[in-house]
Amino acid sequence: MMALAVTLALALVAAAIALSFWRLLIGPSAPDRILALDTLYINTIALLILLGLRLNSNLYFEAALLIAVIGFVGTLALCKYLLRGDIIE
Amino acid sequence: MSMTLTLAVLLPFLGAAGVAWGSRLGRPTAILLALLVVLMPAILILSLLDPLVAGETHLEHFAWLPAAGLNIAFRLDGLGLLFAGLILGIGALVILYARYYLAAEDNLGRLYAYLLLFMGAMLGVVLSENLIQMLMFWELTSLSSFLLIGYWRQREDARTGARMALAVTGAGGLALLGGILLLGRMTGSYDLSIVLASGDLIRAHPLYVPTLLLILLGIFTKSAQFPFHFWLPHAMAAPTPVSSYLHSATMVKAGVFLLARLFPALAGTWEWNHLVAGFGMLTLITGAVIALFQHDLKGLLAYSTISHLGLITVLFGIGTPLAAVAGIFHIINHATFKAGLFMAAGIIDHETGTRDMRRINGLWRAMPYTGTLAMVAASAMAGVPLFNGFLSKEMFFGEAVGVANAMALGWLLPVAATLAGAFAVAYSLRFVHDVFFNGEPVDLPRHPHEPPRWMRVPVEILVVICLLVGMLPALTVEPILHLAVSAVLQGPPPVHDLAIWHGFSPAVLMSILAMSGGVIIYSVRKPIYGWWDTQGGRVDFRRAYERLLQGLLTLAGRVTLWLDQGSMPRLLRLFVAVALILGLAGWWGSGSPLTGPLTLLPLDAVSLSTGLALVLAAIATLVWHRQRFTALILVGAVGLMVALVFAKFSAPDLALTQLSVEVVTVILLLLALFFLPQTTPEDPPSPRRWGDAVLAVLAGLGMSILTWAILTRPYESIAGFFLERSVPGGGGRNVVNVILVDFRGFDTLGEITVLALAGLAIFALLDKLRLSGQRVAGPATAWHWDRHPLIVASLVRLLLPLALLVAVFILMRGHNLPGGGFIAGLITAIALIMLYLANGVAWTHARLPDKTHPVIGAGLLLATLTGLASLLFGHPFLTSTFGHVHWPLVGEFEVASAMLFDLGVWLVVVGSTLLILIHLGLMSDASRDGLAPGTPVRGSGAGRSAGDSPPGPGC
Repeated sequence: MMALAVTLALALVAAAIALSFWRLLIGPSAPDRILALDTLYINTIALLILLGLRLNSNLYFEAALLIAVIGFVGTLALCKYLLRGDIIE
Repeated sequence: MSMTLTLAVLLPFLGAAGVAWGSRLGRPTAILLALLVVLMPAILILSLLDPLVAGETHLEHFAWLPAAGLNIAFRLDGLGLLFAGLILGIGALVILYARYYLAAEDNLGRLYAYLLLFMGAMLGVVLSENLIQMLMFWELTSLSSFLLIGYWRQREDARTGARMALAVTGAGGLALLGGILLLGRMTGSYDLSIVLASGDLIRAHPLYVPTLLLILLGIFTKSAQFPFHFWLPHAMAAPTPVSSYLHSATMVKAGVFLLARLFPALAGTWEWNHLVAGFGMLTLITGAVIALFQHDLKGLLAYSTISHLGLITVLFGIGTPLAAVAGIFHIINHATFKAGLFMAAGIIDHETGTRDMRRINGLWRAMPYTGTLAMVAASAMAGVPLFNGFLSKEMFFGEAVGVANAMALGWLLPVAATLAGAFAVAYSLRFVHDVFFNGEPVDLPRHPHEPPRWMRVPVEILVVICLLVGMLPALTVEPILHLAVSAVLQGPPPVHDLAIWHGFSPAVLMSILAMSGGVIIYSVRKPIYGWWDTQGGRVDFRRAYERLLQGLLTLAGRVTLWLDQGSMPRLLRLFVAVALILGLAGWWGSGSPLTGPLTLLPLDAVSLSTGLALVLAAIATLVWHRQRFTALILVGAVGLMVALVFAKFSAPDLALTQLSVEVVTVILLLLALFFLPQTTPEDPPSPRRWGDAVLAVLAGLGMSILTWAILTRPYESIAGFFLERSVPGGGGRNVVNVILVDFRGFDTLGEITVLALAGLAIFALLDKLRLSGQRVAGPATAWHWDRHPLIVASLVRLLLPLALLVAVFILMRGHNLPGGGFIAGLITAIALIMLYLANGVAWTHARLPDKTHPVIGAGLLLATLTGLASLLFGHPFLTSTFGHVHWPLVGEFEVASAMLFDLGVWLVVVGSTLLILIHLGLMSDASRDGLAPGTPVRGSGAGRSAGDSPPGPGC
């Protein structure tokens, strides 16, 4: 049951990644792409956790944790750049 | 194990730092400290005197890299004792003298620090047992000489002279290294005890001649022998105490010291006799003749020093035991009278404000006392009976006559010796007569009078030694001479008689000839000065040196220009093409198949899709690379995919590092992008671009094939060893971290040092730099007015403690599970950068210290101290130790000293990353501050007024 759930979830997350990726490629505006990258980060968290469940290893969780904590800083910096140009002012 | 000598050599180095610091307490403190630093090694060395007199050589050995024959080893024998005495004795006098010589505005502490540095280096040269170690100290003397010659760094002649001395002696040092390596190869050891005992083996070896040539190159450059003598007169740009100490008494003697030191190993062959005596003779004559024509007081003494060094070299070149006695004796005598003469010249310079002997005349009336001292020392230099110079010169004449029949062209030597003797008399006469008599002074900048008492005392001491040795040689100098000569010859010294009168011999005749010849030359000086002034400058080795240097620079410039024409595409094209060709050449004809024997892993959907996404993102980056911001977002996606690949293929440490580096990279690039054009201009299509495309594709294919070839082959690495040793050896289960902080801790220490230096260098480059960034966001749009949106600021405040907690977690468990100081440092830096992003620099600096230099320093210090702590327990540097601790609630875990080291790594990474990023950010801040108040800063859209108002507390 668990295996099936994980497989299904993986498939769904993979689809989400593909769609985010599509958005990242076609844009068209910079905010679209930033949002796509951010979503990609969030999807990656899900992907890593699912992989950890499936392969029965907790080594994936650190990477997921790290993305959760600092992944959005990149997004923040990119947005700040669009708004103000100077990101550390 | 005795450490007396080791301490004696190290003390001046420590003392140099101490005196440099202590000199801020005033000149009296500086001089007391400096004299103390001289006194301590002297006491240490004297404590070893008794066994030495009994004929034992004191040795101290510490293993360093025993497998390579490199050990820290010191020895004290008679020769070392003699030189140590000269170095410390004259050093003390020079320190005393320099205090009165140096003008009030000059930094005495710096001079003392350099002098003590030199003293330590020189002691190291004469007391080293290991030849490689001796060479290191040898190079240190060159470096400290460079610093001392360039002491008045505002003067161009000082800088030129310093550079010239360093170039010449440095090149010689390189040759000497070659010679020493060859010696080590012949004898199987770099230890002097073994090398000195293998003289017959060395002389019979086919490599003897190249070895001799290389070592002689080192000796001749250091001791200013013809044709390398030109650097010494230019070194006279140094303050006179330095000339007196380094460039007459000690450093230039390092060359002849080595002649004496290696005498048992190298001397006694035809090559030795002819090369050493030949070049010595040339130097003897050249120096003596040129010295007479110098109008500069110190120039005369410099050329005279060259000539006397030549004399000593000739004596060692003659190679008989008696000649060696004379050589050692003359080293002592020359050091005393020449140091005294330089100090006298310094007094004259100090009192009159000039060193030009055409202007300084008739000083006898103003300074009779100094005049008397100078006359005694000059008489010793001329070789007048009853002064010490006479004794060794007479022995030299005697030896020169002895050689006349023994060598081809041997008759040249007595002739040259007499001629040089005559010129020595003439220039000594000039030094005394021109300066103290010979009419009235011409247009002196200052009115001369006798110098302060303590400036004369060092000269008095030296002059008294000249007289005592000259009149009572057997009572004064014989014991130390005996010890030194036994060390040079590695056996009992020959029968010699240090008497003033040996009965009538050819040597006496030569002395009389030289005396009268000198007087005659000096009496007809007017016409020969005139002849020299028109003809003399013809043969100038300095010009040859400069031409050589210029040629080298031109050549280097051409090579650089040929490789690098300032075009990045061209360089990349060359680099990629060469790599491709070399890779192909290596594979071509090797007969090895591209695919190795390993079976392929099954392909799963996750790996496939991650790989595809990676490729797609990379291609997309390429497609949009002219839109720089878009490209940056896509690079972010590439980085994320790479991190996923790392996570998938069991490299969790790498994945964590990649993720944190990714964020820092994006911030860094954004900071830079603000100052750069937003798009890359498009090049017109050309055949070259197509060529580049083909090259790029080929290189990419090559790289892929190479990766494929390697990954399909079984690969034995040292990983197994590390995996095995990780827990028992380092007390950690995360082998990556254990390698970083324990097994390869030295590497990591070096790396964080480089990181710290890079951070500081970037800070130095960016500090106060002002650049104007982009003025508008896009076509006709203004920047948003809200600098720090409230929602971000609030969110970040919640997130900061969590992020820091993760950082601490990663740091603490790094030893056993993925993590460690480097990753934790990056996470911490990102967490803090987040504050700057959300709240601005002013807000953050009101809450956090704005200087991260202390953090970097503390980290380096902590890492180094952790390493040093293991020395206290008798283990090598950076040995790690660990134990197990039970902590309630948390459970059993290891505590390793490597964790402290890791803490140091963490501090350095945090400090450097913040320093670099914040100062890049401040650069634009500075540019905004540079604009006049009220100037519209970014565009001129509506709603700008809110942004222009001074930031409030919540801003």
